[in-house]
Amino acid sequence: MAADLVFYGFALLTVLAGCFVVFSRNVVHAGFALMFTLLGVAGLYAMLGADFLAVTQTVVYIGGILILVLFAVMMTRVPSQNAPRRGLDRMVPAGIFAVAIFALLYKVATGTSWPTATPGEALPTAKLIGVKLMTDAIFPFEFASLVLLVAMIGAAILIRERKVLPAEAPAEEAATEAPADEPEVTA
Amino acid sequence: MESITGLLTKIFGDGMSPMALLISGGLTMALIMSLVMAMCAIVFTWMERKVAGFLQSRYGPMRVGGFHGVLQPVADMLKILGKEDIIPDEADKALFMLSPFVIFIGSLMAWAAIPFAPGFIASNLDLGLFYIFAVSSAAPAGILMAGWASNNKWALYGAARGAAQMVSYEIPLALAAIPVVMATGSLNMNAIVDAQGGGVLNWYIVHDPFLFLAFCLYFIASIAEVNRGPFDMPETESELVAGYHTEYTGMRFAFFFLAEYANLFLVSCIATAVFLGGWHPIAGPVFLPGLVFLIKAVILVFLQMLVRWTLPRLRVDQLMHTCWKVMVPLTLLCVLGSGIWMMVSGELL
Repeated sequence: MAADLVFYGFALLTVLAGCFVVFSRNVVHAGFALMFTLLGVAGLYAMLGADFLAVTQTVVYIGGILILVLFAVMMTRVPSQNAPRRGLDRMVPAGIFAVAIFALLYKVATGTSWPTATPGEALPTAKLIGVKLMTDAIFPFEFASLVLLVAMIGAAILIRERKVLPAEAPAEEAATEAPADEPEVTA
Repeated sequence: MESITGLLTKIFGDGMSPMALLISGGLTMALIMSLVMAMCAIVFTWMERKVAGFLQSRYGPMRVGGFHGVLQPVADMLKILGKEDIIPDEADKALFMLSPFVIFIGSLMAWAAIPFAPGFIASNLDLGLFYIFAVSSAAPAGILMAGWASNNKWALYGAARGAAQMVSYEIPLALAAIPVVMATGSLNMNAIVDAQGGGVLNWYIVHDPFLFLAFCLYFIASIAEVNRGPFDMPETESELVAGYHTEYTGMRFAFFFLAEYANLFLVSCIATAVFLGGWHPIAGPVFLPGLVFLIKAVILVFLQMLVRWTLPRLRVDQLMHTCWKVMVPLTLLCVLGSGIWMMVSGELL
């Protein structure tokens, strides 16, 4: 009974905050509401006995991705002066995507058989997940780390200091090209 | 938690249902932890001013309360309670009012898994250490909220710096604790402390050279994580007025202040439990475990204060350089090194 109450509390938090994310006209408010949605989902994981998943959800989504989203939103524009456009050119593609995603989710949700387990004592999951990651799932695990490494190198290359400034480029080019031409002249 | 529920059963008899017991026990624990946080702010503000005074060859507060101004924090608290609550006209009011509580609750949640003494832990989670780092990782969201909602360029700069700094230093902070988790084979805080019983030589700080390095790195990263000097770029008074809480006054400001000193004590408590043997004394049997734990944690707080009032502030780019190019590689080295050490010394089968 009490567990049901806690479940409905987390479910309500997730859904209400999710609705706020979708319907809010202020992008920053939507971003902060997303924090409560993610927190609600973490709570639901914890209720299902998936403690490791719940804590990981908090670290990755609230501590990492949400902060990144907020940074991106805050650094790009001021929402109060710049409400999103609502023309037909936006609404038609958005509508098509929404219907398509709903259809997909509906198909997946109705096509899946939902196994139920009797609620019992929640067992520690960290060890099991760790063993699985290092044995059965070692290839996807290492592959994911490779993808992240590539992303990190890419980010480092994008922000590296460039020796040649765009304004000075022609002069620099002339200077660097001159020695290269010399051998041809002598030849 | 068990000891609290046991106490509640003693007081109210066996008539309580398990759920009522769980909820009342949880609420009692939350209340105790809130009081611990409030005490942190009261004791450590006085201590901070005394340490600063000592390092600058002056006395610090001397007047209120007779002996060395011990009641100064109480006077400060009464003053701050009496201040007008100002919300700037152009501020984002809802977020402005919400953010102090987000920061405070994020800090309070982490206290749930700190083992102060045998049996005195609010929630003996299997993932204790990971849980603490996870809930602390929500703090940058609260700081961004405060900085954005103030609608003030200094506040926004401070928030952006603070969030970037905390997100970055979380990585060496958590990585530095991983060798300990490897040595214990558990993330449970009680298990980590229990594994260090029986004298100073069993503490993880002297387990092997890599763990000593890991402790030093943890200490540095924890100073950055709580935004204190020499890593206090988010609130540099000479360039950003006061950073993300520039616009806050009265009780709302007090919540930021409370969270700062509580976090200072929190990272010291984690270091105590993880590296310094928790409630185990230097030698001999466990004696007054809570007091031993507190003494170790307060010594770490004192060290953090010494560092704050001794070293000059870093620049923002130096800060990021220190994190990503020095501390992260070194913590990875610690993880690798203590793994090899455990294999060679035969701890690992």
